[in-house]
Amino acid sequence: MAKIIVVTSGKGGVGKTTSSAAIATGLALSGFKTVVIDFDVGLRNLDLIMGCERRVVYDFVNVIKQEATLNQALIKDKRTSDLYILPASQTRDKDALTQEGVEAVLNELAETFDYIICDSPAGIEKGAQMALYFADAAIVVTNPEVSSVRDSDRILGILQSKSRRAERGEAPVEEHLLLTRYNPERVQAGEMLSVADVEEILAIPLLGVIPESEAVLKASNQGTPVILDQASEAGQAYQDAVQRLLGGQLEHRFLEVQKKGFFQRLLGAK
Amino acid sequence: MSDLSFQLKGSVVSIIILELYQFTPAGFADQLRAKIDQAPQFFAQSPVVISLEKLNAPLADDEPSQLLALCREFGLQPMAFRGGEVNDAIRACGLPQLPSSSRADSELQMPAPVAPAPQQAAPEVVVKTVVEERVVQRPAKIIERPVRSGQQVYAEGADLIILSQVSEGAEVIADGNIHIYGPLRGRALAGVKGDQQARIFCQHMAAELVSIAGNFMLSDSLRKQLWQQPAQVALNGDSLHLKTL
Repeated sequence: MAKIIVVTSGKGGVGKTTSSAAIATGLALSGFKTVVIDFDVGLRNLDLIMGCERRVVYDFVNVIKQEATLNQALIKDKRTSDLYILPASQTRDKDALTQEGVEAVLNELAETFDYIICDSPAGIEKGAQMALYFADAAIVVTNPEVSSVRDSDRILGILQSKSRRAERGEAPVEEHLLLTRYNPERVQAGEMLSVADVEEILAIPLLGVIPESEAVLKASNQGTPVILDQASEAGQAYQDAVQRLLGGQLEHRFLEVQKKGFFQRLLGAK
Repeated sequence: MSDLSFQLKGSVVSIIILELYQFTPAGFADQLRAKIDQAPQFFAQSPVVISLEKLNAPLADDEPSQLLALCREFGLQPMAFRGGEVNDAIRACGLPQLPSSSRADSELQMPAPVAPAPQQAAPEVVVKTVVEERVVQRPAKIIERPVRSGQQVYAEGADLIILSQVSEGAEVIADGNIHIYGPLRGRALAGVKGDQQARIFCQHMAAELVSIAGNFMLSDSLRKQLWQQPAQVALNGDSLHLKTL
């Protein structure tokens, strides 16, 4: 039985799509057959982050409307085996998603995949609710600033009241906090919330802390999930997060201000 | 069993009774609006039975339909009338009329297994609803998970006990006392139906607003005393007082 994981946040621009791409890639690298679905109908981005934008022929909405089969719409990742992408439609809007349609697609995917990652759109409206409705687990992507934390809190409330598990009275959706764009220097300067602050407000288990890194922007622009950049701190932090998602116990890294060595200072490297 | 498409059963349901004393559209609308503003979510789409037993003058002409239209406008769903005089005006608006409560409370007879004797213009299926109304102590409402931003919890006619946190932007409301065994960062309103004895207890006071029987205090004033400490809030005259727990 496939595990359905929604990557959500409420707020936009916090790193949902980057995290969806990285985590899906990480799960596939760990040997699990994984599909990542872009629920952001009308604002398709996942294909760019995954570097498969030129291979999109059919999309999620085509499959829901039965204009194409799932196999026609699924794009096999070129770099990572066992990884597939189901892109969103760029020409429709969120109303094209129906609960029955989404359920049918997820059920069909569940027959062959181990993990289904749902990349949620921002907001708390239909698109976001559709992405989280069928979830077994949620990765709540949060930036260390107050508005992002409040929006995450809101989305956690929706997860526990409007998901299928909540409606059926089943075990609640598993909650994981993924703190992105973390900058220990700015935390130390009091300009950013610390990990402890965010954990205290949201009171859910911490899956990972992704340090703010130039590697993320570079990876996005190149269409390579940042987790594949193992030289970068962000890539390593995502790798850790995936291992924790799979049940591993790992220390959190990159939380402290690192003293730059002589050469690093000289070269200005990050 | 499998070839049956349905079964008729008798059931006792708790339901909101709107006991009408007098009816003028404007006065009724004002009072209903005030009532519903206290807890909009609680009343949304609530079925109600309109009791006419204590009505001073029977409804006539288009008054029943005006009454129903007002109820629906405010999101209530009138199900039936109860008691009162049976007249054409009430019959004309299409809702069933239930017998008055004294009869319903004392005679809890089972529905007859055979079809009831055909009455004049009897509907084809008779579903009998027995409405019970009693003054009982309601058990406290207990919430074990965090109340998140944007969520609202209301304990009607009871105390509210929260074993987790109340986030900023969340609202917890009770007709009785409120106990919170985690941080209170949102709003807590106790005694919303006017109970001045109601109190709020919390393990970590960081509220946006606390209110007892309509008297409230904002976080700016709360910050001056017992902020982020265990505290209880009580009403003393017209002002709220904080004490340590």
